[in-house]
Amino acid sequence: MTRVVEHEPNAASTPRGGPRRVIPIQPTADEVALYEIRKKIQPRAVHGWFARWRVALVFATQIVYYGLPWLSWNGRQAVLFDLAARKFYLFGGVFWPQDVIYLAVLLIVGALSLFLFTAVAGRLWCGYACPQTVYTEIFMWIERKIEGDRVARLRLDGAPMSPRKFALRSAKHAAWLAVASWTGYTFVGYFTPIRDLGHAVATLALGPWEAFWILFYSATTYGNAGWLREQVCKYMCPYARFQSVMFDKDTLVITYDRARGEPRGGRAKSVDPRAKGLGDCVDCGICVQVCPTGIDIRKGLQHECIGCAACIDACDQVMDRMGYAPGLIRYTTENALERQLPDRARWRRVLRPRTLAYALVLLAMVGATAWSLATRVPLRVDVIRDRGTLAREAGPGVIENVYRIQVMNTDERPRHYTVEASGLPGLRVVGLDQPIELEAASARLFALRLQAPLEPGEGKPPLAPGSHKIEIEVGSVAAGAKGKELEHDHVERHEQSTFIVPR
Amino acid sequence: MSDFVSTGWALYVAIVTLVSIAACAALLYGMGRMRVARKAGERVETTGHVWDEDLAELNHPLPRWWMWLFYATIVFALAYLVLYPGLGKLPGVLGWTSQNAYAGEVRSFDAKLAPRYSRYLAMDLEDVARDPEARAMGERLFLNDCAQCHGSDAGGSKGFPNLRDHDWLYGGTPERIRESIVNGRNGLMPAFGAALGDEGVRDVAAYVRSLSGLPADGVRAQIGRRSFAQNCAACHGVGGKGNQDVGAPNLTDPTWLYGSTEAAITETIRNGRGEASTVTRMPAHKDRLDAGKIQVLAAYVWGLSNVR
Repeated sequence: MTRVVEHEPNAASTPRGGPRRVIPIQPTADEVALYEIRKKIQPRAVHGWFARWRVALVFATQIVYYGLPWLSWNGRQAVLFDLAARKFYLFGGVFWPQDVIYLAVLLIVGALSLFLFTAVAGRLWCGYACPQTVYTEIFMWIERKIEGDRVARLRLDGAPMSPRKFALRSAKHAAWLAVASWTGYTFVGYFTPIRDLGHAVATLALGPWEAFWILFYSATTYGNAGWLREQVCKYMCPYARFQSVMFDKDTLVITYDRARGEPRGGRAKSVDPRAKGLGDCVDCGICVQVCPTGIDIRKGLQHECIGCAACIDACDQVMDRMGYAPGLIRYTTENALERQLPDRARWRRVLRPRTLAYALVLLAMVGATAWSLATRVPLRVDVIRDRGTLAREAGPGVIENVYRIQVMNTDERPRHYTVEASGLPGLRVVGLDQPIELEAASARLFALRLQAPLEPGEGKPPLAPGSHKIEIEVGSVAAGAKGKELEHDHVERHEQSTFIVPR
Repeated sequence: MSDFVSTGWALYVAIVTLVSIAACAALLYGMGRMRVARKAGERVETTGHVWDEDLAELNHPLPRWWMWLFYATIVFALAYLVLYPGLGKLPGVLGWTSQNAYAGEVRSFDAKLAPRYSRYLAMDLEDVARDPEARAMGERLFLNDCAQCHGSDAGGSKGFPNLRDHDWLYGGTPERIRESIVNGRNGLMPAFGAALGDEGVRDVAAYVRSLSGLPADGVRAQIGRRSFAQNCAACHGVGGKGNQDVGAPNLTDPTWLYGSTEAAITETIRNGRGEASTVTRMPAHKDRLDAGKIQVLAAYVWGLSNVR
């Protein structure tokens, strides 16, 4: 028995208007649940211009991903995020937790790029570069090589278990697990030296956390690319839900040209569709068969569409076979379809205030970051006034202030530094063995004492009570230098602080 | 331990918690069984829920396994309430408390660090002071536990002795320094204002200044001398050289814990020092630091003035 909630036609006119439960004699409609058992999607393989782009991007991203941790730089792993030591090696640079601003900048640049690309051509990221798409592509390729294309796979799904089915399934999952494990291993290899990790895996000497994270990332790769697939995009990823606010009427999206295609219908190649009153859509359904999220693009733009363009490639092949012009499904804009804009006008609209603003901010951000990275000094200095004492008399007529100074050598070789202070007549650093030596990529926190005479003499005014602005300068000197012998790649930092003279 | 002051509130929160969980479960069960009619010929499917006259909700059914995840969160919540403190005043069967968790973490860190410090216990303190690694460890300990009063450079400040010089209130031998750290020091200068009177205080102050060669009124110093012998010599000694057993400072040297000006010395004699608050006393560290850390720290302090 079907229960249907319906509005009474004249509900508004009845005094206590509202829904009324009606139990119809005949079910008038199908039912939809709020939770439905997922129907497995077996997309058909597709070849064409956009598919080749995706393959190229799969290779590009995966060569970088799998290859990067194996590169060496100055005798260490070129890219290594050493969380335990809180040092992040990126080729020539060593980033410290203090450089977290660069992580923020990276995220901002990532977000801005996403805005820009989405405004121009929709979900380019989803269709070509997102790990979910890339690994699904790899896993589907394996599946196709082992179990065959769509029809063969559908038949296999329906067939009862047999030695052949078991063998195919085992082979597929073994291959998937192999790729997934290598992916997990590579991922952990970004955080712990990958060569040592390989040795640890081979000798079963993995630490508990390394083992956990390798298994975790292997499992997520296997689960996401093998089992969940389009569900990640449809139900988990927020991007699908907020893409609509980044689209506008001039955004290139994958669209079915309704005006050209409808009314759809089957016909022989020899028949003139116009004579039969048909549009160009032959209703072969191939666009639905190739869709990795199982939607029908002819229903218009849907949030499930990840913009992979598989339906464009597939439809173009059919159009070609039929002898029709390609592009029944194509990248086009809402405006172009509505107003029948020519290609040139459509492309010109890519340069609209929205995209120009995104591009400008993005460029400014990237430029500022590049400049900041290029002028980065491998030395950091923090000066904090000592909390214990404001000021003290170090001897007759000499005032002493104490500071805590942290000197961080972010360079990958030991360096020697001198510490100097300026801003008051006669101000000097006392009781410090200069120059100080710091190991490669190390920090040292120590107490710094500064003294200044109350009566500097030489016609200079005596030190007034109160707080004075001073500057502490830390600069590198050559190893074993006597006095100030600057290095060829001298670095220095100036830090502001105050010197207090008691009343 | 509970943050609730009365059982009533605990009960109220517990009931609200359980009712909320039950309501979530009921809602989930209802939604899981709910079926919405798909209207014939309608392109856009909604949940059938219409409000404000024409607002409807699109229906994109979630996969069934997603619903089981929601059920899992309910199971998790109930399991959590059984295992951990969360339901009113119930402590949970695991008996977990944040205090225990913290104490456990401290214990495990201490256990990890103890060997690094305790290996110095077997060494002579003066050798420890010359060990560069021990010195670096000592510096960090000092910055953590001592610098608040003695300053980051151990140079001290008013009322807090300088530890870099060779002048010691309680003695500068390794043993005495360790003793100071372990048990603390409670030196006390009593107030003499009532006993000596204003003039008497000024006389003694003048004499005290003269001891270290500071300019002082000669007549007052002469008078103060007698008063000093009667009132101060018991601790500071007849010659004012001090006594390290009670922490009485040497008054003949240029080091002044509370200042050398006439006003400062007068203030010291009149009102005493160290009585007004425990802040000015050296606290005992035997309960804060273990023997290994104290060894490293004592060696560092000794080394400040004895190791170059």
